[in-house]
Amino acid sequence: MAAKAVRDLSNIPSVIEMRAVNKWFGQFHVLSDINLDVKEGEKIVICGPSGSGKSTLIRCINRLEEHQAGDIVVDGVTLSNDVKNIEAIRREVGMVFQSFNLFPHLTILENLTLAPIWVKKMPKKDAEEIAMGLLNRVRIPEQALKYPGQLSGGQQQRVAIARALCMQPKVMLFDEPTSSLDPEMVKEVLDVMIELAGEGMTMLVVTHEMGFARAVADRVIFMDFGEIVEQNEPEEFFANPKNERTKLFLSQILHH
Amino acid sequence: MTDSLPTGERRQLAPPLIERGALGWMRRNLFSSWANGIITVVLVVFVGSILSSFLEWAVFTANVTAATGSECHGQGACWALIVEKYRLIFFGTFPYEQQWRPLVASITLLAMLVMTSDRRMWNWRLLVIWSVGSFITFLMMFGQIHIPLSLFLAIALLVGGVGMSLRKAIADAGEMNAYRTLAAIGLIGLALRIAGILPAWSLDIAPLSYVETGLWGGIPVTLILASYGLVFAFPYGILLALGRRSDLPLIRALCVGFIELIRGVPLISLLIMASVMLPLFLPSGVTFDKFLRAQVAIILFAGAYIAEVIRGGLQSLPKGQYEAAEALGFNYVQKTALIILPQALRVVIPPLINTFLGFFKDTSLVLIIGIFDFLNTANQALVDPNWAGFPAEIYMFAALIYFIFCYSVSRYSKHLEVELNRGTRH
Repeated sequence: MAAKAVRDLSNIPSVIEMRAVNKWFGQFHVLSDINLDVKEGEKIVICGPSGSGKSTLIRCINRLEEHQAGDIVVDGVTLSNDVKNIEAIRREVGMVFQSFNLFPHLTILENLTLAPIWVKKMPKKDAEEIAMGLLNRVRIPEQALKYPGQLSGGQQQRVAIARALCMQPKVMLFDEPTSSLDPEMVKEVLDVMIELAGEGMTMLVVTHEMGFARAVADRVIFMDFGEIVEQNEPEEFFANPKNERTKLFLSQILHH
Repeated sequence: MTDSLPTGERRQLAPPLIERGALGWMRRNLFSSWANGIITVVLVVFVGSILSSFLEWAVFTANVTAATGSECHGQGACWALIVEKYRLIFFGTFPYEQQWRPLVASITLLAMLVMTSDRRMWNWRLLVIWSVGSFITFLMMFGQIHIPLSLFLAIALLVGGVGMSLRKAIADAGEMNAYRTLAAIGLIGLALRIAGILPAWSLDIAPLSYVETGLWGGIPVTLILASYGLVFAFPYGILLALGRRSDLPLIRALCVGFIELIRGVPLISLLIMASVMLPLFLPSGVTFDKFLRAQVAIILFAGAYIAEVIRGGLQSLPKGQYEAAEALGFNYVQKTALIILPQALRVVIPPLINTFLGFFKDTSLVLIIGIFDFLNTANQALVDPNWAGFPAEIYMFAALIYFIFCYSVSRYSKHLEVELNRGTRH
């Protein structure tokens, strides 16, 4: 894959700021003292063993999980229990799930247009225009009138990406987007994500696709036991991991 | 079949002759082994003998023309009883020469139900169908309808308020002003009416003689109690089911308490409470019609059962559906109405129809408080000493009518399931 130019991000404003974020599931300390700044247009890949808190971290950003201590600021809005705040943040943050979570009772086109029409109060015609444009971009416009159950896993996940993009979000969160796909379908989804990265979208991606990390990430974050253990540019991260736990993890997933 | 098929295409041979046609089907399904063959023959003989003696009684030796019960004795079925009493069975003690009115009411109700079953009507048209249909039905049954001024005002307030909140983002300025005006007229008018400044005027539509609910009976009573019972119990049950899953402890506790309380007592006791105990709690002078009380009891009772059925559907949805809806920014009402309920209700169509049919038949329990639905008016037909001794005919006739209704609903639910699932499965 082509090497990318390392960009200087220091002068670019942050879209997401996490300050000393802590979260517990009962007694289990799932996130401990997370500090993270995500710059506009930055692409971050988060990896780590299962149970390390990486999914929980990104799910806190759009309040699918509630954090118990610390501050999360998204696009200038501080997350609180105020429903208006939460809904405002969710309008700006798109999310793609491991299990797609398309709405099975609606056609593909309706899946895409439902939120723009009801949440953004967009006229139906405009929403459909945007939706068809996005379906073209993820290369499945011919499926618009089918139902999710009639599509392959890879196609469904591309629809899910298009559905999130239809709200024209500032940030996209991906929670293991390729983990439940058959191997031959992983590439078609990653291709769409790489293209999206090329267009300058701010992305947080929880994934074990290290090829994807090398190709698009500005930064790779390694999490273990609810902590950010190490973060670095991808070349440096893969070539010279500093922490013993990172080394162990990388040796487990890279050397078969 | 020819030998010149293109290469690469597999030749499709017809199955052997013995597997095809009616003979093949019988061989496979009825006589696949000695034991199965014997079972088939025994069952056919058994069912055949029952059927032939039934037909002998119900058709070949039946009497349809007898003038009194004594002429019928010693023969087959006495259908003459039904011929003689069918108006009593269908319409109960409704004044005899006015019985065209419950007939019109019943036909109107049936037409409403048939129209409601059409999915293309599932929008504002439903409201029109039920408003117009209900008006005709109750005008026919009562003969006179008095609509008080305050009802008009309340409707104006309701339409204005609902329009203002639901169409806020969509409607233009003129439409919004119309809603505001309606709501304002309703609100001010109601306040003036309560303060006693506006007189107790009412619109009187009285083309026919008044018939009180105590004289109603038969098919229209069953249809009214069952259809209005379910029409109100259904949305009520949805609210209860949602409330039971609410994050707010107080709402949850109220809903759980109500559901468990209602499920824990028999419908009969609730009906008796509605008819005997409720008046004790009301201030003297305030009375509700007995029929209305039975109707409310049925709505409350059915609502609790429907709520539990719907809860099953809500729980069957994967968590991801809720999360996806939330992540897209839908608020609670949108999420519930657009994503969750459409899927949950689809899942519970079979148990929901089961509950509906149960309540359609359970309306007969209103006999306990002196209301005569279809089964009870059929019972009444047995009281006549001239026609004593033919309960089988009456109950068979009543059963046939019930079966026609229930079987139609059951077929409809099958059809609805197929239609709603079209496209969503492979």
